[in-house]
Amino acid sequence: MEQRENAIDIRSAVKRYGSFTALKEISLSIRDNEFFTLLGPSGCGKTTLLRMIAGFEAVSEGSIYLFGEEIENLPPNRRPVNTVFQNYALFPHLNVLDNVAFGLEMKGRSKLEAREKAGLMLELVQLIDFSARRPSQLSGGQQQRVALARALAPQPKVLLLDEPLSALDLKLRKTMQLELKHLQRETGITFIFVTHDQEEALTMSDRIAVMSSGQLQQLGSPRDIYETPCNMFVADFIGDTNLLDVQVDAVKDGQAVCRLAGGHQLNCEQVEGVGPGAKVHVCLRPERTFISEKPTETENLQGRVVENIFIGTDITTLVELVEGPGFTVRTSNSDRGSQGIFEPGSDVFINLEPGAARLLMD
Amino acid sequence: MAISAPDGEPAVSNTYHKSRTWLLLPSWVVLGALSLVPAILMLVYSFLTKEFRGGVIWEFSLAAYDQFFFDRGLFGDDSPTLDWTYIAIFWRSFWQAGAATLLSLAIGFPTAYFIATRPVQTRAIWVFLITIPYWVNLLIRTVSMKFLLRDEGPLNLSLMAVGLIDSPLQIVNTNLAVQLGLFYSYLPFMVLPIYAAVERYDFSLSEAAADLYASKWVTLHRILLPVTKPGVIAGCILVFVPSLGSFLAPDLLGGAKNYMIGSLIEEQFKGNAGNWPFGAAASMILLTIVLVILIAFARQQSRLERGRV
Repeated sequence: MEQRENAIDIRSAVKRYGSFTALKEISLSIRDNEFFTLLGPSGCGKTTLLRMIAGFEAVSEGSIYLFGEEIENLPPNRRPVNTVFQNYALFPHLNVLDNVAFGLEMKGRSKLEAREKAGLMLELVQLIDFSARRPSQLSGGQQQRVALARALAPQPKVLLLDEPLSALDLKLRKTMQLELKHLQRETGITFIFVTHDQEEALTMSDRIAVMSSGQLQQLGSPRDIYETPCNMFVADFIGDTNLLDVQVDAVKDGQAVCRLAGGHQLNCEQVEGVGPGAKVHVCLRPERTFISEKPTETENLQGRVVENIFIGTDITTLVELVEGPGFTVRTSNSDRGSQGIFEPGSDVFINLEPGAARLLMD
Repeated sequence: MAISAPDGEPAVSNTYHKSRTWLLLPSWVVLGALSLVPAILMLVYSFLTKEFRGGVIWEFSLAAYDQFFFDRGLFGDDSPTLDWTYIAIFWRSFWQAGAATLLSLAIGFPTAYFIATRPVQTRAIWVFLITIPYWVNLLIRTVSMKFLLRDEGPLNLSLMAVGLIDSPLQIVNTNLAVQLGLFYSYLPFMVLPIYAAVERYDFSLSEAAADLYASKWVTLHRILLPVTKPGVIAGCILVFVPSLGSFLAPDLLGGAKNYMIGSLIEEQFKGNAGNWPFGAAASMILLTIVLVILIAFARQQSRLERGRV
């Protein structure tokens, strides 16, 4: 198959503010026609990276390519990428139609043609009836869609979205997540989406780059990142996780025998670079563990129920392990069947799904 | 009332309303005593007969307005002709004030923009620096301006030292000197409202414009200026209106040829030579023209606003 050109290539990009380094040598490629997400906690550098692609922040070192063309020295108005801003940044003195038409007009279209095209964009986001309104007369969700239409109207090669859904309430956010995803498929434009919400990232993205303290932690599909986190940070940041400190006793046939503080042993798939004596961590997702009265044939941990938390579809059970640390088990309410809830104080066994335990280094 | 709380809440609200009316009283007194009453006084005086040693005789007369507009007198034997003397002074005053306003805007906007884009901690210092010269009396500032601009003044001397000119430029006693004087007198009134507007300006709008392929220049006049327009308009009014009635700068810097309304009115009330009804009439005419301009402007603005919605 012919190798398609990447939409964005970032090569060893560094960003410094005085003596503070906001981005430490980031290199990554974003494929054409991809919904790509930069995910990380606030201050991790994801927005800085996005603003460097848009041209609002200068690159201290390294280079950025857009479809093979070097762009890091071009001013923002000469880069064929458009941005949806976190606060939308709609022009308050222009009506909705003129907001959307602005970019087209700046690209040299006549006022008439720009407005006509803007009208089509507003139809796409179902706001054509609001053309004559001012941004201040729209709800947050509507403003969001105007910002989207405005950024898409000039047909950018890449669309940059800087936490565009963070100001919306939960229900609207969920709807917009799907709408954005569909819009990306329909237009075929590469979307680069910045968020700190891991659930949002998992829902929408083709691929996710997890960032923390100015560095790329892991790059992969939502499944990769959720199921095989590459380090403690990613495991902890994405979804709920139980992390247990262990020491490796022995390694054989690709299996590492890990010992918990209390002496209990667990078998995990070995990870490269881990030998006997190493102090590592075991990561266990709450939904890949079960509670039972008696031990099962798979791996088991022993503990006592502390609390049950009802969260609608699931029940989360907090268990205190005999080894000391707390442990969370999630049971789906529909799967539980006839099995009752273990009351606080009951002694239980936690069964691990085969392959659920994953070794992580610091 | 949007929310009516149970038992007794509305009563509390009423007291609140009443006390608010009382609290507003001082501002009504100030507005009345310092604006309305003097304006009415002037209006009444303009229709009275002049007393030769200043003051008025309480007798109705249109003589003041007659003197302002007509040459030989509306009520004389000859047919009246328009007297251009005072109209010309008015025209020159508007022109001078307009030029001073434009000059203040050209300098004031970049200054305000500069201050508003400094780090938050240093903005107050810049604003403070702008206002420092205005702690000095207006008369002294205007005299210093004359000193700066005169033939042997620092401006001419340095221009000659650099070799740009051979002989001193005649600046004092020209229109330019008056405009510079007015500009310097009222510059902070331009800078401060624009500063307030630019400080509130959301700079992500400029980023959005650049993102949508607008050059810096286009961003300035299509986004920044329109969004900060209320501040610009406030600044222009605050410079234009006092410039129009100013008499210090024209007197000290303009010489006899560059006489403005302010001086004309001032003279009518000064010493024994004055003519109070005539001064009052000139004031009322000035007031009317300014009001008409401002109202027309405000109406046009609101029409534009509605047109866009």
